[in-house]
Amino acid sequence: MPTVLELQGITKAFPGVLANDNINLTLEQGEIHALLGENGAGKTTLMNILYGLYEPDGGQIAVRGEKADIESPNDAIARGIGMVHQHFMLVPVMTVTENVMLGNESVKNKIFLDKETVSKRIREISDQYGLEVDPNAYIKDLPVGTQQRVEIIKVLYREADILILDEPTAVLTPQEVESLFEILQTLVDKGKSIIFITHKLKEVMNVADRITVLRSGRTVGTVTPREVDQQKLAEMMVGRQVSLIVQKDPAKPGEVALEVKDLYVRDEQKNMTVNGVSFSVKEGEILGVAGVQGNGQTELVYALTGLSPMVSGEIRLLGNTVEHASPRNILERGVAHIPEDRQRHGLVLSFPIHDNMVLCTYYLDPFAKGMALQQEKINEAAAELVEQYDVRTPSVYVPVSSLSGGNQQKVIVAREFSRPIKLLVASQPTRGLDVGSIEYIHKRIIEKRDEGTAVLVVSSELDEIMALSDRIAVMYKGQIIDIVSAAEVSKEELGLLMAGIHPTDAEKAAPADKDGDEVERVF
Amino acid sequence: MNDKDVTTKSKEPEEKKETSLVKEISGSDRSAWQTILIPLLAVFTGLVIGAIVIVVTDATVVAAYRNFFGAPGYALKATWDAVAVAYGSLFAGSLGSPAQIIESIQIYFATGDSAPLLKAIYPITESLVTSTPYIFAGLAVAVGFRAGLFNIGAEGQFFMGALASAFVGYSLEGVPWYIHLPLAILAGILGGAIWGAIPGYLKAKTGAHEVVNTIMMNWIAFRLSDWLLNGPMKAQGYRPLTPQIEASAELPRLFPDPLRFNIGFFLALIIAFIVYWLLFKTTTGFEIRAVGANPDGATYAGINIVRNVVLAMVISGGLAGLAGTSQVLGVDHWVGQGFSAGFGFDSIAIALLGKSHPLGVVLAALLFGTLRSGATRMQSMAGIPIDIISIIQGLVIIFVAAPAIIRWIYRIRVDREEQTVLTRGWGN
Repeated sequence: MPTVLELQGITKAFPGVLANDNINLTLEQGEIHALLGENGAGKTTLMNILYGLYEPDGGQIAVRGEKADIESPNDAIARGIGMVHQHFMLVPVMTVTENVMLGNESVKNKIFLDKETVSKRIREISDQYGLEVDPNAYIKDLPVGTQQRVEIIKVLYREADILILDEPTAVLTPQEVESLFEILQTLVDKGKSIIFITHKLKEVMNVADRITVLRSGRTVGTVTPREVDQQKLAEMMVGRQVSLIVQKDPAKPGEVALEVKDLYVRDEQKNMTVNGVSFSVKEGEILGVAGVQGNGQTELVYALTGLSPMVSGEIRLLGNTVEHASPRNILERGVAHIPEDRQRHGLVLSFPIHDNMVLCTYYLDPFAKGMALQQEKINEAAAELVEQYDVRTPSVYVPVSSLSGGNQQKVIVAREFSRPIKLLVASQPTRGLDVGSIEYIHKRIIEKRDEGTAVLVVSSELDEIMALSDRIAVMYKGQIIDIVSAAEVSKEELGLLMAGIHPTDAEKAAPADKDGDEVERVF
Repeated sequence: MNDKDVTTKSKEPEEKKETSLVKEISGSDRSAWQTILIPLLAVFTGLVIGAIVIVVTDATVVAAYRNFFGAPGYALKATWDAVAVAYGSLFAGSLGSPAQIIESIQIYFATGDSAPLLKAIYPITESLVTSTPYIFAGLAVAVGFRAGLFNIGAEGQFFMGALASAFVGYSLEGVPWYIHLPLAILAGILGGAIWGAIPGYLKAKTGAHEVVNTIMMNWIAFRLSDWLLNGPMKAQGYRPLTPQIEASAELPRLFPDPLRFNIGFFLALIIAFIVYWLLFKTTTGFEIRAVGANPDGATYAGINIVRNVVLAMVISGGLAGLAGTSQVLGVDHWVGQGFSAGFGFDSIAIALLGKSHPLGVVLAALLFGTLRSGATRMQSMAGIPIDIISIIQGLVIIFVAAPAIIRWIYRIRVDREEQTVLTRGWGN
């Protein structure tokens, strides 16, 4: 197959960091080429160079055999290179057609926008690649997965045949991921070539034709999925042996730490999203809450941590009822919370690391004496936590926004674990993190359990739930449809439960393995 | 991960102390120098463009350019003269003439005659007098910004503070100054604080936007004062004025008349320091800044949003009230219609220019006060309307609010951290 793109010896340095060091990459026509690496490995820098956003310090780019100087995104587009960004570049109040036209407006009679032609073209593209996008829909009304397809249409409309997708699955639900992969397959079948940036091993194994692994700005190697397994890829990425399986001893459950009875909670749109949930978590055990995202897990956690009020029910924490308690009251009873959205709830991004490390304890001795903050004590404690939890940062004085996602999460974990806690509520604790950080955070959670802390882990990653939990509660449409022992349940059974089908019912209704396949695809 | 390579920064404690103030303004030391450089260049560029406006509106200069090819030297000289006279009188009007000051000091030591010295320092003391309410009002808006609130109501709070302190100032008689003055100041703080608390409470409890409500409160303050000044608070006579305040409520002046320089200026500096301490060194400031930077994160951390939003508006309003108070008790000694004269709105500009940091606000207020007080002399000496100062102020604000313009003009490289890249991910 002909080579459509060749990067040779690409080098780019930023002050203090060599982001890309002599990187080579070739893309053949009709292939999905995954670019795999941890956060900060240099994937995005490399693609920004290819897309003309950065100027490389050294190296060459050749498009279809011709040497190319790409100085701006316009140069890239002119050479048929299109980029689908991780954070969408769409105007929510405009229609699909208007968004696609932006910056490339077709006109008739020189002044009037020619929306008909454009929307006709969008329909053609949509049909050709099975994108199923309505040109007249408003962006704000579309689900995230469809918005992403609009981004793909934008690129195809500009007649790109080399598509770069930057972490395209980070924002998608499992179902949306599945349909994205189908679309990618259609695209390459029709002759497009795709560079797929990710740090998720499983996706790479599923979808890529070839995989190039980057580590610390260098190419580690290019392999095919057939030659490697996830373990090997993880080692290439991280540069050392990584355990994808969490090592843990059987739980030694103690007293009941958290007991929830008949809990009802509404979401921000006032819909009842938690519908009568009851469960309990004991000291020294991990209860995993599994479920497809949007089945009430978020609101359950909000109610437990005091972030949103409950409608009715009972929450008993260490024997005391804490309904309608303020977040601070709950914190002070020894609850640690790793929030689902770390940038929204977990951190004040513009604050330096040291202030984020004391976000929940700034008013307590020794960090404050009366009204006066004891800044030196805060800085010392923060520096110690940074050291202890291996947060990669030049100092504790930089804003936490300048850290990578994994390191931001480590700041939260360090902060929450530095307090004496009785109950840990961890919501999507490793979302968007690379293998190394996931391994690290899982280890720490197990450690907390072994110290006798009660742990509630909420995750939409089935693997994570299975790896961490002692017992698993499955949420579906605001209810817990079953609580099972992690040691005895299979992935297929969990998959069925997450789809709202109780295995005992399913056996009666339909052959189990057929349903199993169906569900497996969802996740 | 590359981040390890970055761990080369020196960790000497001395370096920390030196840069800590700048870091509080900018949020990081990497962009620290730009934090200072950009406002300075903004002021400089504002003055340059102001000079162009002076030149093109000057009839003599325009006439000279009609005959540019006949006498190019003359045209250029006329240009230079116009700008030199304008800015010369602006700075003489605001700072005085150094030669005159030195000379008058010599006279004072030689003969003991202080009259020339007082005359020589008059311009600079007037600049400080003009700056005083700017410092208070700038701090008011800055505290609001820190809490994520845009207090456009400083104007109304300023007015209410002035009226309240004037009332206490003239209605109490025969009270010793050490009771009367603090009472009058307290009344001024309270007047502004109440005017700030109302929109603060509405914002915190109902989510009603503070911009809308503070503007509303401004109009209520204006109309209320119209009524008060024409009715209950009106002094004898035709004009809508309050009576003169008692001498026991005046902020003491440090020089004989006509110098109006009073201890209000020092009070402003003390308050600026207190605000700095409150914002950056106390748990209250931590809470206010956390609420301003990320309300969701603050809620998560157990910080009471309602309490802090109201508190920030109370502090902000109180400071704006102090601005009005300092003007009444220190300078005017009475309140008349249209008393606030745009102080509240200029203070927004000052808070922006000062990056919402008390030190920056003090410096920005000194700049604005100096420009304003020099403008009067520029008008009489060079015949250039005071409005040119508004133009310069406006330009400075545009440049501070849109630093990209300054970066473009002076080719300042953007910090990598702030760089606008379409894809985020690297080091992020």
